[in-house]
Amino acid sequence: MDRLKKILSAEEWTALNLRALYAENGYEKYRMSKFEEYDLYARNKDFLVSDSVITFTDTDGKLLALKPDVTLSIIKNAKPQVGKAMKVYYHENVYRVSKGTRAYKELAQAGLECLGDVSEEDLAEVVYLAAKSLDTVSNRNVLELSELTVVDGVLRYCGLDTTARQALWARLAEKNLAGVQEIAKCAGMSEMKASLLEKLVTTYGSADAVLPKLDVFRVNEETAKAVDAFKALIRSLQARGVGEKLRIDFSVLGDMNYYNGLAFKGFVEGLPTWILSGGRYDKLMAKMGKQGKAVGFAVYLDEIAKLKA
Amino acid sequence: MKKMLNIALPKGRLGEKVYDLFEKAGYECPSIKENSRKLVFENSEKGVRYFWVKPSDVSVYVERGAADLGVAGKDILLEYAPDVYELLDLKIGKCSMAVAAKREFVDDRNKPLTVATKFANIAKRYYAKQGREIDVVPLNGSIELAPILGLSDVIVDIVETGSTLKENDLVVVEKFLPISARLIANKSSFKFKTEEVEEVQKKLQALTQETE
Repeated sequence: MDRLKKILSAEEWTALNLRALYAENGYEKYRMSKFEEYDLYARNKDFLVSDSVITFTDTDGKLLALKPDVTLSIIKNAKPQVGKAMKVYYHENVYRVSKGTRAYKELAQAGLECLGDVSEEDLAEVVYLAAKSLDTVSNRNVLELSELTVVDGVLRYCGLDTTARQALWARLAEKNLAGVQEIAKCAGMSEMKASLLEKLVTTYGSADAVLPKLDVFRVNEETAKAVDAFKALIRSLQARGVGEKLRIDFSVLGDMNYYNGLAFKGFVEGLPTWILSGGRYDKLMAKMGKQGKAVGFAVYLDEIAKLKA
Repeated sequence: MKKMLNIALPKGRLGEKVYDLFEKAGYECPSIKENSRKLVFENSEKGVRYFWVKPSDVSVYVERGAADLGVAGKDILLEYAPDVYELLDLKIGKCSMAVAAKREFVDDRNKPLTVATKFANIAKRYYAKQGREIDVVPLNGSIELAPILGLSDVIVDIVETGSTLKENDLVVVEKFLPISARLIANKSSFKFKTEEVEEVQKKLQALTQETE
């Protein structure tokens, strides 16, 4: 092993460790083609992190794309069986536009997807594996969890229209308390509701510190149910021994057209951005005509190369 | 043990005001006031390390984690949309984003409007909302010169007192966005230096409320 470790880059070493972790936990390797029909990505543009896709024409004139994302391909080809979750992991290259230079770049990603009849147990296992994935990169890490159904439910309860909700999501992602207060003021909201919105910004921290504070978000049946499920999930993760690394933080967000419920991001000390991102995306499954639930995450391996030993 | 915080300050007049605020909050670093060619100033007792950077670069230093904290104008944050936390409105460096033109300028809606600006994204968004077609002339300085020389119809720029405009016979057509300095934080630093960052945030917040 030491012989191998010496010649492998941090990125390659992590990738191997992640594959071992996923395989040992009953996930099967999923292998896919480098390109897909462009149509798949065009129809789900908002799901993609980067807005440009590299396209080219096949010999028969069909428009193809170098895959910018793995999840869409997996869901498209998924055939989940009743009463069972399909568990797969991948280690693939994806092609995206870099934000700064606007040039195409090739990125290595490893991750997993759990599709179909996903039980509470499966869901907890996915988050547990996300926490363990971070451990393979560095011991100094945190996994931040958020509940989108709770956030969206609270925003609707406060009577915000679509435009205001969108603006508020953006302010939440920035932890921008002043911005949230301004939106509440513009909407002419009651003090009680405005303070509830503020709590979405100010409620964050370790699982133990935040769990007792979550009950304020039980504003209706829908959010009450989501809060309970969220708490149960966190307790089961604590029981699995990864509670220390968990943080609850409602600044972790995703597009509500695709995601629902749980969303999470993983950070390691020394890297400026998150290196792991995941969540529940039952809505994407439904959009693509598949039955059941979906949860998964991806580890951005290229970021790991930047970590100083 | 307290962790060191790296703080990017915007060079110039605003930066000095910002440093004074940090000093008042108990994060002084006397060496910063000595006239020297040093770039980095440290007070390890207080756990802070300051450095001056070009105002428009502050968000880059913070987004990429070279600085844990920084102070940037809302104009910069709206233009570059960095992926950072915006923790506090410091309520200093107040000014407005505005459209200005020559006194005699009359807008002809049959033609696309040429707009000279440092803030191409802000200008595009502002005119897109009105359904107005524009041609952006990207400039990095002396924006006021553009309408005078006929390089553009109008400019979109920051206006504080308006005296530069007045001296050049330009008038403000519309102020459309209030601007002030914001405390921003790197997202990862916020996770791993939470206590230190929160302490700065709290102390600065107390000061900004005082001055209100």
